[in-house]
This record gives sequence, C-alpha cells and structure tokens, in this order.
Amino acid sequence: MDPGSSSFPPPSQPHARGPGSGPGDSPEGPEAEAPERRRKAHGMLKLYYGLSEGEGAGRPSGPDPLDPTDLNGAHFDPEVYLDKLRRECPLAQLMDSETDMVRQIRALDSDMQTLVYENYNKFISATDTIRKMKNDFRKMEDEMDRLATNMAVITDFSARISATLQDRHERITKLAGVHALLRKLQFLFELPSRLTKCVELGAYGQAVRYQGRAQAVLQQYQHLPSFRAIQDDCQVITARLAQQLRQRFREGGSGAPEQAECVELLLALGEPAEELCEEFLVHARGRLEEELRSLEAELGPSPPAPDVLEFTDHGGSGFVGGLCHVAAAYQELFAAQGPAGAEKLAAFAQELGSRYFALVERRLAQEQGGGDNSLLVRALDRFHRRLRAPGALLAAAGLADAATEIVERVARERLGHHLQGLQAAFLGCLTDVRQALAAPRVAGKEGPGLAELLANVASSILSHIKASLAAVHLFTAKEVSFSNKPYFRGEFCSQGVREGLIVGFVRSMCQTAQSFCDSPGEKGGATPPALLLLLSRLCLDYETATISYILTLTDEQFLVQDQSPVTPVSTLCAEARETARRLLTHYVKVQGLVISQMLRKSVETRDWLSTLEPRNVRAVMKRVVEDTTAIDVQVGLLYEEGVRKAQSSDSSKRTFSVYSSSRQQGRYAPSYTPSAPMDTNLLSNIQKLFSERIDVFSPVEFNKVSVLTGIIKISLKTLLECVRLRTFGRFGLQQVQVDCHFLQLYLWRFVADEELVHLLLDEVVASAALRCPDPVPMEPSVVEVICERG
Amino acid sequence: LPQSPKVLGLEARALTPQTAETDAIRFLVGTQSLKYDNQIHIIDFDDENNIINKNVLLHQAGEIWHISASPADKGVLATCYNRTSDSKVLTCAAVWRMPKELESGSHESPDDSSSTAQTLELLCHLDNTAHGNMACVVWEPMGDGKKIISLADNHILLWDLQESSSQAVLASSASLEGKGQLRFTSGRWSPHHNCTQVATASDTTLRGWDTRNMSQIYCIENAHGQLVRDLDFNPNKQYYLASCGDDCKVKFWDTRNVTEPVKTLEEHSHWVWNVRYNHSHDQLVLTGSSDSRVILSNMVSISSEPFGHLVDDDDISDQEDHRSEEKSKEPLQDNVIATYEEHEDSVYAVDWSSADPWLFASLSYDGRLVINRVPRALKYHILL
Repeated sequence: MDPGSSSFPPPSQPHARGPGSGPGDSPEGPEAEAPERRRKAHGMLKLYYGLSEGEGAGRPSGPDPLDPTDLNGAHFDPEVYLDKLRRECPLAQLMDSETDMVRQIRALDSDMQTLVYENYNKFISATDTIRKMKNDFRKMEDEMDRLATNMAVITDFSARISATLQDRHERITKLAGVHALLRKLQFLFELPSRLTKCVELGAYGQAVRYQGRAQAVLQQYQHLPSFRAIQDDCQVITARLAQQLRQRFREGGSGAPEQAECVELLLALGEPAEELCEEFLVHARGRLEEELRSLEAELGPSPPAPDVLEFTDHGGSGFVGGLCHVAAAYQELFAAQGPAGAEKLAAFAQELGSRYFALVERRLAQEQGGGDNSLLVRALDRFHRRLRAPGALLAAAGLADAATEIVERVARERLGHHLQGLQAAFLGCLTDVRQALAAPRVAGKEGPGLAELLANVASSILSHIKASLAAVHLFTAKEVSFSNKPYFRGEFCSQGVREGLIVGFVRSMCQTAQSFCDSPGEKGGATPPALLLLLSRLCLDYETATISYILTLTDEQFLVQDQSPVTPVSTLCAEARETARRLLTHYVKVQGLVISQMLRKSVETRDWLSTLEPRNVRAVMKRVVEDTTAIDVQVGLLYEEGVRKAQSSDSSKRTFSVYSSSRQQGRYAPSYTPSAPMDTNLLSNIQKLFSERIDVFSPVEFNKVSVLTGIIKISLKTLLECVRLRTFGRFGLQQVQVDCHFLQLYLWRFVADEELVHLLLDEVVASAALRCPDPVPMEPSVVEVICERG
Repeated sequence: LPQSPKVLGLEARALTPQTAETDAIRFLVGTQSLKYDNQIHIIDFDDENNIINKNVLLHQAGEIWHISASPADKGVLATCYNRTSDSKVLTCAAVWRMPKELESGSHESPDDSSSTAQTLELLCHLDNTAHGNMACVVWEPMGDGKKIISLADNHILLWDLQESSSQAVLASSASLEGKGQLRFTSGRWSPHHNCTQVATASDTTLRGWDTRNMSQIYCIENAHGQLVRDLDFNPNKQYYLASCGDDCKVKFWDTRNVTEPVKTLEEHSHWVWNVRYNHSHDQLVLTGSSDSRVILSNMVSISSEPFGHLVDDDDISDQEDHRSEEKSKEPLQDNVIATYEEHEDSVYAVDWSSADPWLFASLSYDGRLVINRVPRALKYHILL
C-alpha cells in the first residue's frame, strides 16, 4: 500500500482533492473515523510533497479553513452550503451556480477518466515485472542448496587431512627447538674463542655484547662442569678485556668520545662505577690541564703573541669545549651515580674552572693597559658566551656566575682605566698649555693664543670624554651576551659610568685645577699665571655648559635604570664654579704678588732720605703700568669686560689737589702746635670713617674689571705698607708724589671703581708725608708736567 | 664687650703688656712720629669700672718701632727706636726705667697728659754699631730680667744686663749667612726647655736657635709664601709655635716636623702682622692684620686641651660630673670666635694682658688702642 501510493503520485492527487472538489459525490465512508484517517493520510502526503497544511487548504479561499461553506475547504458541509445558497441568493444566481456546478463536475469527471487511462499501462507492466522476479528467485534457491552440500564435503576432507598431519607437526617443532638450543650451546662453546678473537681484533664492543649475552646463562648453569669451564674461560678473557680496556682508557691518548666509549664498555662489564668515574675524571683532568698548560704557555713570560680575542677563543674551544664534553659524557655515563656523582663533577668543574678563570684574568690583566676596548669586549663576550653551555650543564659549579663576575670586574677596571686615561689626557693638555705658554713669544704680543689654547684644551678633553664614553658603551651593546646582566643594566651605567667615570673625572679635574692654588711654589713661577686664568675659564665654561652637556650625553647613551642616587648636575656645577672662583682669585693673588714685589723692592732698596729731586717717574712705575696692561690684555682674552662704575669726570686729568688741599694740609700743615695732634688726626679719622673699608684680598667676580681691580688693590696696598716702613726726605716724598700721580693716570681705567685707586694712592702719599720729617710737597702742576713727560 | 677705643694722637706700632705686672691690667704703647717727641703711653684699664687711665712718658730718643717689658721688673722696658742723623736712619735699642710712681700706674689720671709728661731714665744702650738696625728686643721669659736677645739685621745678639741693668754686655751672637740681604724681622723666646730656645723670622724662613751656644736647631724654609711678620710660642705645648706673614695666613707648626704646618688659618684679607697665644689658654689665638681687623680664633684641636677643660683628679668624687665630662670628650671644632673691626687703619700690634687672661689690646697705625675681652660665653665654656 505504501510503495503503491508512493510510486503513483498522480492518482493520489485527485484522490486527495476529491473530498473537497465535488460536493455531490461525497467520498466519505459511513464510519465516523473515516474522515479522520483520510485527513491523516492526506496530511502525510502533503508532507511528502512539501506542502504545508495551511497552503494546501487556504490559498484560494478565505482566511477561515473551517468554514463549512467553502467548497474546497476540508470541513465542507454540503447541507450547510446548499442551505446557505438557498437562503442568500436570488433565483438567477442560484441558476448560475447550478450551471457552474454542473460544468465543474463534468470537467472533473473527464479529468478522472483521462487519469485512469494514463495509469493503466503502468499497472500492467508492474504486474509483469513481479511475475518475472518470482521465477528468478526460485532458480537461485536451487543453486544455493548445491553450494551448501559442496561445502560440507570440503570440511569433511579438511578435517581428515589435519588429523593425518598432526603427528609430524609436533616432531618438527621439537626438532626446531633442539636445533635452537644446539646453536645456543655452540655459541657458548665458541664464546671463549670468539671473545679472544674480538679482543685480538679490538672489537671490544662486540666482545662486551657477547659477554653480556652469555653471562646470565653461564651464571645459571654454573653447576655443570662444562659450562663452568666455559665460564672460567670467559671470565679470564673478560678480565683480559677489561684490562685492555682500562689500558686503553688509561693511555688516554685517544679523544674524549673514545674514552667515553671505553667507560661505557667497562660499565657494561660490571666494573665498579665509582672507581671508574674517579678515573674518568682523573683522565679528563689530565686532558683539561693540558689545555690549561697550553693557555698558560700562551700567556708566557714574554709579551703575549696572540691577542686577547684569540686567547679567549683558544680557551673557549680548548678548555671550555673539553669541559663541556667531559661534563656531558660524565652525566650520560654516570647518571646512575645520583647526587654524589653530580657533586663530584661540580667540584671537578669548579676547581678546573677557577684555574681557567685565573688564567683568563691574568691575560685580561695584561690587557688593562691597552686602549682597544672593542677587542676586549669581543673577547669578554666570547668568553662569557662560551661559558654559558657548561654553566647550564653544571649549574652547581657556578661557572656562569664566576664568568659574569670576571666580566664585571674587568668592566670596573676598564672604567678605572678610562678615568685614569681622562685624567692623564687632562694633565697632558695642561703640559701642552704650559709648553705653549713657555714657548718664546712673538715680540710685541702677549699670550696671543690664550683663547685658542682654551678652545683646544676644552675640545680635546671633550673628545676624550666622548671617546671614553663610546668605548665603555661597548659593554652595554645589545649583541654582547652579558649586557643584559643586572650589573650592566643598572650599576654599571649609573655608578660606574656616570658617577665613577664622568662625575669622577670632572671632580678630579677640579681637584687638579685647585691643586694649583695650594701649590707650595706660591712665590710664583711654579704655575704660570696664564694657566691659572685658562683653567679658571675652563672650569667656568664647565659650570655654564659643558657639565650638563656631558651628563645629558651620558644619560642618553646609558639609559640609567638604576635608582641609586647620583650626583645632581647642580652640585657638580657648583663645585666647578667654586674651583673657577678659587683659580681666578689665586690668579689675582699671583699677579698681584708679582707687581707687589716690584713695588716693594723699589721702596725697600732705595735710600729715600738722600734721594735727589725727582725729574722723572721711576722706571718701576712704568713697568707696573706695562705689566698691568699686559695682564689686562691677557684677562681680556678669556673674560668679559665687566661693569664699571659710572665715571664722574675725566679722571686722567685729576691731580692730587684733592688731598693736598683738604686732608694733607690738615695732616702736616706746619702751623699747628705739638699739643694739638689729636685734632689733626681726628680729621683724617673722620674721613676714613666715611670711606668704605677696602678688602684687599677679596673674592673676585668672573670678569676682567674685577680681576684687574683685585690686582691693583693688592699692589697699591703693598705700596702703602712699604712706604710706611721707610723714612723719607723731602725729595723722597716728592718722588712718591710723582710716582703716585703717574699710577693714577694709568691705572684708573682698569678698575671698577676709580675712586678706589684714588683712595689708595692718596693714602700712600699721605703716609709718605707722615714718614717725612721735612714734608714739602711738590707743586701739583710740576707733578703733572713730569708725569706727562714721562 | 669692646672697650672704648683709646686714641693716642700719634701713629703707633709698638705695644706690650707690662709683663711683670700680674694684678693690674696695664699696657705700654710706643708712638712713632717723626715730627713730635715720641711718647710711651702707660695704659691702665680699670676692669671693674670700665675706665681707661693713661700716663705719658716722653721717649725723646726717637720713634719707637718695638717695645718690650722686663718680665722681672715692672719699671724696666726695652725699645727699638729710629735715630736719624746725617740723612741716615739707624734703628737702635735701649733699656729704660720708668719713674717709680708710674710703675704701678697713677690713678689720678690728669686729662692734660702733656703737662705731667715725665721722661724715661736710660739704663743702657745695646750697642749695635757693628751690627746694624735693631728689629726687636726680647726678654728671657720667666727669668730675672738679666738676659735679652736683640735682632739686628742679620745678627742675633744675646746680652747680659749687669750692674742693675746699667750695662749690657754682649754674651754671644750668631749671624745668618747667605745670598742677598738677610734680615731678621721678628723673634720670640721660647718659655720651654729652660728658656734655651729662641725662634726668629727672616724673609720666608723660621729658625730656631739654642741660646747656650747660639747654634741653629731647626729651620722651616718657606714657612710662608711671603715675608714672615711675626711668630709666637705656645705657652703650654713645647714644640708648637704660630707664625704669620704677608701671605695673609697664620700657620701653626710643630717644630719637630718642619715640612708641613699643623694647621693653617686664612681669615685675614691682608698681611698678618702679629700673632699671639693666650698665656694660659693656648687655644685662644689673637691676630692683627693690615686689613684693619683683629681676629680671635679658637684653635682648640691643636691646643693643650683638645678635649676641653679636663677635670682634676680631686673632682672625680662627683660621679655624675665625671660621666658628663667623658661624654664631651671629642675633639672640638676650631673656629673664629670673633672678628673685631673697630680699627680704621692697619693693625700692627696685638697682645694679651699679662694680668687678665681674658683681655687683650690691639693697636692700629692711626694710634687707636682698643681693649677687648674674650666673649663671656666662651670664657665660661673654657673654664667650666
């Protein structure tokens, strides 16, 4: 039924549509459940043809599928429908619908007829096919029966054959077993000779394998005399074999892999592992010591022939490679030894490693003097890199740490070396400057190249610093294996390079410079004043720019990650400034002393009582002015002009009328009585009260005027003190007057406050007048004439 | 409290305490004038009433460059003075006696000093015709006032005063030999070693002499960068002496090590003319300079009491005190106690009073004498 309905779909369609298509021929059966079932089948068909329930029922009709008046609806009730028609429609319409209905019925009838005709042939052919199938199956059944009988016969035969063969099979099996046993026995009997042969041929591995195979059996059948004999023979041979192996092992001429093989064989022969591992290490030590000796020979008493890179290469490939092999072989061979064995190896590696390190350090120490950092860094890198493998292999020996330590130490020493180098460079610069200053000058010009010298020194030091920075920077290069160690990332950058090298150098530079101020050769001569001046300017330049530049450069190159405190730029600058100040002050003192000494000699050595009437300015005063001018030029080369107090009038025109009218007269006018010295001195004291106190050796500022002021102050104060220690005749006093006026004419232009020069010179003349029993001053006009002439 | 300055009215360089006087505070000042009769002013300071009394003695021989008082006789003093004759200046030295009534000061100080001016009595000349200009005269300290040493150009002369000081006999002498014009500038007699040592300054060099045979004991070459102006012995530490000079520095020496000074002070801004240890508390050092300043320094670290005042053994009974004393036993810091700026001109002489260890006088060229006291706080700090 089911295949039928599926193979004939067309008839099912009208059948399905049937109930709703004609209200007249109602196909529904008398059973109450019939429409139910049909509807079910109908639904299944619909499902089969992919139509949804709603689609099939309600596409053309209204929305209500349950409407009993719907002709095509599933719930069509003809009575209701007719009732409805009759009640609702007029006659004409009834007539129309009647004709329409009739026409539809006719059309449906004809449709049904054509369907029947069309499907008839198909029914016929189906029936034929079924019939043919029935015939074929019957034939097949016969053949199957025949096959079954044949099979039964075959089984029967086969059982019979196997029963017949059973006997022989067992015998064959037994014979095969005997054969195998006999072969084994033969192997055993042949074993001694085979072993001997193997030993003779040197095929130790083969021998050991044979021995290993036979051992257990021999052990088991020890009680049988024949086997016993074999075993004894074997043992003798094995002993010999072991002996030979040991011999070979001891000779040690062969390389590490062969030795490892020996040990492996000996182990397989059941030799005591502990003893072997001792011996293994002894041999390994011998070989490694050989390497060390060759390294040591390279060190030699004479200067090392190979450079440090080559040396570390040799060490790396020879010693470290050997050590690696030994360690690997040992760990492979004696893994069973457990922690005790590992400890032994670690101790071994540690001891030899430390000797190797000692050699490396000796070699590196020889390198300390050298200037080539890149080679050293490469050597260190290789050294460090090489030790990584044994370091990983033998963590307990601490080789990698020790290597890192060595590298750190070398790096530190390098920093120290560079610092020394910088200091030496600085001292070298100073020597050059000294030589340049001492070199005979072109006539007429004083210190022509002072600014140039300063620039040279500054640039040379800076380039040295940069070179040093670049050199130590190699230690932190990314591709260097140790650059990621914490030391090189932190401490090396901050404490080592920044503090140790750069700050250390700037400090030492300041110290060196300051030492010129404290030098015992204070009487002059020892340090050329120009050098003091130059250093002072150098330090000042450092304070203003160079220090911050260098430190910025350093910080940039060495990205300091370390948090440890570093010297701030400001502190360093303050130190440099202090140094500059001290140097300049010292310069002022030295130059002041030079001029002072001239003035002092000129006052002390002259007989002022019996001197003649002055005709000229004394030569020494001209010399003083000349020297002061020279100093002015010298300082002007390096320092700015500075500020001067506004000039009140044309100072060069000023004469000594000021004090000769007011103060001087008050002091030694011949008119007052001996009882009135109090009043006269009162005048000068009051005048002094209102004049500012002059600090003779006061700190100087960084400009030319201040420097010159300082020098002139020192000189004139010396003149004053010296004058006070002498006694002057009338002409002596007049000479002092002339000299002072001359100084006045030329010195005022150098100082910040010309009033200062006036004050001091006034004091000198006044003191000379006091020290003169017969004080008759020269006419100011005459003084002027003499000075202008001179 | 600085005492009101005393203006002498004449230029002056010479100042000394009346060494033999241990009760009254008394200084002698010699004036330096080419135009008027020179004087010796006897300055009495009445500590209780804060009054300065002055008596004037005429010193007609010439302007006084140096003055020193006998350690044994209050009335005896020696001066170095300039004598000008025939357009020649020669510095001579003589020993004088002052009138008896002035020895202990006269308290009815007359305002007009000139009316009562008395004259010094000449005891003897130190004959220097063969030796040149006298730079200074120093008495044997703690002696009987019979021995003096004078420095004349490059000679060091030891004199015996005989017949109540009326006769000076040259006992022995020595002289500096060398290139150039060597001249002594200053000298002091050491109070240690039974007063057998004298130190002198010439140019930049300090020398020690043994007075018994007039031989050189030690020599500190280049003690100062420039001329050495003055020196003084530490009264309590026998090998220590202080020197000062034109390099503005004050240096302290251990004469057993002549290569390096023990300490250097650089507080003055011009030549330092005078340096004096306090007679009892040798940490107090007084310096005068031509920068017109007087500086009192506390050089406690190199003094005889580097840990402060030590408690006598008798006082140990008080345990509390002893403990607190121990706590403070760490070297104290050297420092400048005070800078005195009352002077308007160069200060050429400073000295401590021989009677009151807390009092000192300074003299500037313009004739102003200033008497000052060690600050009270420091005094108590040292004493307690």
